[in-house]
Amino acid sequence: MTPHSSGRRLALFAALLAAVAAAALLSLMVGRQPLSPATVLHALAPHSTGAAADIVRGLRLERTVVAVAVGLALGGAGALMQALTRNPLADPGLLGVNAGAAAAVVTGFALFGISGRYPQMWLALGGAAAASVVVYLIGSGGRSGATPARLALAGAALSAVLLAYINALALRDQRSYDTMRFWVAGSVVNRGLDTLVAALPFLVVGTVLALLLTPGLNALALGDDRGRALGVRVGLVRVLTAAAVTLLCGAATAVAGPIGFLGLTVPHIVRFLVGPDQRAVVPMSMLLSAALLVLADTAGRVIGTGREIEAGIMTAILGAPVFIALVRRRKLVAL
Amino acid sequence: MTVLSHGPARSRVIRLAQWSLVVRPRAAAVCSALFLALLAAIVAALSVSVNFVPVGGVLAALTGHGTPAEQLIVVQLRLPRAAVGALVGLALGLAGALFQSVTRNPLGSPDVIGFDTGAATGALIAMLFTAGGAAATSLGAVLGGAGTAAVVFLLSLRHRGLAPLRLVLVGIGAGALLAALNSLLIVNAQVYDAQSAAVWLVGNLAGSDWTKLAMLAPVVVVGAVLALLLERSLAVGEFADERALSLGLSTERLRLAAMAVGVLLASAAVAAAGPISFVALAAPQLARRLTRASGPNLLASALTGAVLLVLTDLAAREAFQPRQLPVGVLTGVVGGLYLVWLLGREWKKGRA
Repeated sequence: MTPHSSGRRLALFAALLAAVAAAALLSLMVGRQPLSPATVLHALAPHSTGAAADIVRGLRLERTVVAVAVGLALGGAGALMQALTRNPLADPGLLGVNAGAAAAVVTGFALFGISGRYPQMWLALGGAAAASVVVYLIGSGGRSGATPARLALAGAALSAVLLAYINALALRDQRSYDTMRFWVAGSVVNRGLDTLVAALPFLVVGTVLALLLTPGLNALALGDDRGRALGVRVGLVRVLTAAAVTLLCGAATAVAGPIGFLGLTVPHIVRFLVGPDQRAVVPMSMLLSAALLVLADTAGRVIGTGREIEAGIMTAILGAPVFIALVRRRKLVAL
Repeated sequence: MTVLSHGPARSRVIRLAQWSLVVRPRAAAVCSALFLALLAAIVAALSVSVNFVPVGGVLAALTGHGTPAEQLIVVQLRLPRAAVGALVGLALGLAGALFQSVTRNPLGSPDVIGFDTGAATGALIAMLFTAGGAAATSLGAVLGGAGTAAVVFLLSLRHRGLAPLRLVLVGIGAGALLAALNSLLIVNAQVYDAQSAAVWLVGNLAGSDWTKLAMLAPVVVVGAVLALLLERSLAVGEFADERALSLGLSTERLRLAAMAVGVLLASAAVAAAGPISFVALAAPQLARRLTRASGPNLLASALTGAVLLVLTDLAAREAFQPRQLPVGVLTGVVGGLYLVWLLGREWKKGRA
């Protein structure tokens, strides 16, 4: 790594951190009752009271924190998954992980009336893990192992099955359907800090694992044989990466519902900026995706007339055109 | 007339003056078997239900010799649904085969290039914001689907022409955008409206009648004829672009034509039954594995789609009595599981 590129990388890191902070501040300022930055900072100080403090600490702080955490998790999961499968189209949504988590949670509340935060968390994690294992098993059977096309095909097939199953459950009665339609939209509002606290251990373990794995993933990008020659235990790196993806996606989905498109789009933007080195791609994807999710949530508050637009809907509406433009403009940076 | 053994050992070429016909014995046998299976599936759909009508009674009613009760149940109530199911299945199988051939990608189906999602958006807007009823819903679906397909196609064009992979990618992007829009519409609607919209969005054959059949049949027939006319060129077009060009084929125009026919067929299916998932994706894959022939396998795909849809609709109608599931729920589960199993088995063997 040349000094020039490492300087550039540091600058990018600093810029992304600043972007997350700025997005968070904006998210605390914007809403039905707009507040100035000074008011927000004052309201954040301990012991401050009054209307501004109620709004900031009671309403806006929670969703901002949730959005940052979920954004970090989804960006990291997307980058890891694209590195693991060497597939530019890999996304927790495309490979069936989100569908697995959603199916488990919906089964819980439609059939067994499970709605507590902790049980839902475990259901989402279990569903995400089961789905990723099934997709990987189907995709990796046979001599040539798990190719990107096979994983995508297996993921698409499994997602379709699970979505149909979710529909079948949701159409059974009106109450489940009503809960379902809001949950499936994906949102960071009213999730409760206790949900986030429940998810925190999973998010932390997943993030640490993700950052530790990046050198191994770099070696893996050279191909299995060269990776082995470089002293990387290929199988172990694969399994641990899959575990990290499952932890991050499962926890994020349990907190906010299925939020698509961040995991797919953000790593492309980051690779476009810094190249294919996973040590930079993974953490920067996490930061950029956190900033974007906070902005999406904030924009949804402003744009919606009468009621807010869910963050999960905003990410897709904002992310899809970027993705299409990327696909049109250039060859996707190869992995 | 000469019969030449030509090219791959599994096909024969029959030449008569300047005309030639490629006959693949296995593909022909598979298509005949699928056709018989389709007839059997339709008879089963006419016969089985709470009011069981024996096969003899079904045949009598179809030829106009049944008792009035059998006549009513079989011809008025069950036949339109079975016939609409078969036609929608044919249309979806054909549309899927056309799209997969154009994109050279097993995932290239109307769902993937955003057609189904666009159709759902159009239908939702019609359902939630106009009071036009079923006709407006169908029109909205057709406009939404065709509009999305056109936009995706235009966005994938560049100065160097249409790259199939870019088409799939742009389609995925557009599909995600529209899915979010659909979610927005559904979240904002009253729960009653949203739920009836959800039933339509899953895809449903209940409520098929003779009027629907009369509207659907001509479109499917025209689409099928056009598709079969394109089949030979498409088989060549699946090669690399340079090779197809050297064989004197304008791949650009061919792809455009195939996509247009595919969109026509998919529109007809969506207008009649809503966006039924997975038939268009799975039918061509299954058909290809049955016939083991290269090329788009249009006829086999169409028949597979029809058999698949008639049988799944029968199961969705009867297996969960007293509740009737929309057929789209089952096509997703059954078609998807079968594809999962099939992929797993093939990859284990080291084929594919």
